[in-house]
Amino acid sequence: MIEINNISKSFGDNHVLQDISGKFERGITNLIIGASGTGKSVLLKCIVGLVIPEEGEVLYDGRAFLKADKDEKSQMRREIGMLFQGGALFDSKNIEENVMFPLDLLTDMKKDEKLDRVNNVLSRVGLENINKKMPAEISGGQKKRVGIARAIVNDINYLFCDEPNSGLDPRTSLLIDELIQEITHELNVTTIVVTHDMNSVMGIGEHIMYLAKGKKLWEGNSDNILTSGQEDLEDFIFASKFMKKLRKTL
Amino acid sequence: MKSIGAYFIFLGSMFVRRESFSSYFKLTINECISIGWNSILIVAITSTFMGAVTTVQTAYNLVSPLIQNYVVAQVTREMVVLELAPTITAIVIAGKVGSSIAGGLGTMRITEQIDALEVMGVNASSYLVLPKIVAAMIMYPLLVILAGFLALYGGYIAGTFTGILTETEYIYGIRIDFNPYTVQFALIKSLVFAFLIASISAFQGFFTTGGALEVGQSSTSAVTKSCIAVLLADYVLAELLLN
Repeated sequence: MIEINNISKSFGDNHVLQDISGKFERGITNLIIGASGTGKSVLLKCIVGLVIPEEGEVLYDGRAFLKADKDEKSQMRREIGMLFQGGALFDSKNIEENVMFPLDLLTDMKKDEKLDRVNNVLSRVGLENINKKMPAEISGGQKKRVGIARAIVNDINYLFCDEPNSGLDPRTSLLIDELIQEITHELNVTTIVVTHDMNSVMGIGEHIMYLAKGKKLWEGNSDNILTSGQEDLEDFIFASKFMKKLRKTL
Repeated sequence: MKSIGAYFIFLGSMFVRRESFSSYFKLTINECISIGWNSILIVAITSTFMGAVTTVQTAYNLVSPLIQNYVVAQVTREMVVLELAPTITAIVIAGKVGSSIAGGLGTMRITEQIDALEVMGVNASSYLVLPKIVAAMIMYPLLVILAGFLALYGGYIAGTFTGILTETEYIYGIRIDFNPYTVQFALIKSLVFAFLIASISAFQGFFTTGGALEVGQSSTSAVTKSCIAVLLADYVLAELLLN
């Protein structure tokens, strides 16, 4: 479980996050949602330590992350896997080397063991026989899958996904969402997904935190999000013409 | 001043939380190939022509019955070893390697590859930049030595083919009154220039924010700032080591 307590972050006069607290349980897909520019990605970066908040603390299963010393932080980072918006694959390495990278750095495994592991995770995300291809030679959806494979290749406890559906067609988005949810259940990891895609929200939102203007305005799940009664959230959900029509029908 | 402070903090950050020696070794070898081996052609072409032009122009300026022909070769040698080989090659390398380092790191930054390294617990500045600086400091002196030899050879070809001086005069000229300290000085300069080009370019690229346009701006800025730093260092080193 990941717990965040009173996280606040500003960039100059812009208060991006204001006193945000919440809990993200293990074994379910936790979503942080909100319109663009509401601080979702900054919150995620605060949680993984890429951005240091002015106030607040992040607890990984009770272990304080932000106040941890370098060794403790390094140990905790080994339990983290992250999927970035564009995949963030290393351009100079082929797919196999990309996925193997965390094993090369963080483990003492032998080459054969590492290769087995890489092939297993690539197979798990539905990619086979692309080991020697370069990132530039594969599609956006495949890059996301490789990103997931790289995130889970090490024995992780925490999986973070920053807008995993951006730039993907609806069908591929759905497959990526399902894959993230399956992996979360299968590996029993604490997963946090940042998204503004309502299909993801309705599809895999087992726990949802809604942010607007840097504040947490609502928490719930996909079953009760449509009937939240939270005005700002309803404006966000029913922003498109299609959703407005659906709202009238409901 | 803020940028200068950030630059020194950036340099300091490379020496904490380092990875294993073996991972640096492989990266450094790759960077040696990228920085050194892949620059041989451009260095060879510029230095050969540089030597040739220096010989021809020196001869043009030394038209006097009181000055013997071999002096042209002697002047060419001094100019090449003391200044042209290390400094002009540094400007060329700043353009080729500096822009490549800044562009590469800038692209890694905007595509979140550097963030990915940080999330894995890797000290990205150390992992990505230190091998580039070490490789530059290994390979650049070798490029300067190559540039020196080829510039002198270029001078020889230009001088003898155009009849400015004979082969014997040229060889006598580049050997007479030779002070080995000038070579040491050139190599010291090359180490300093290599460090400046690699570290300034890496600094510019590493802290790129924005998109493709900003990556281009970082590359341009890297080349400009590296060249200015090289020229400043050139003057400071001359004052310190020659006076």
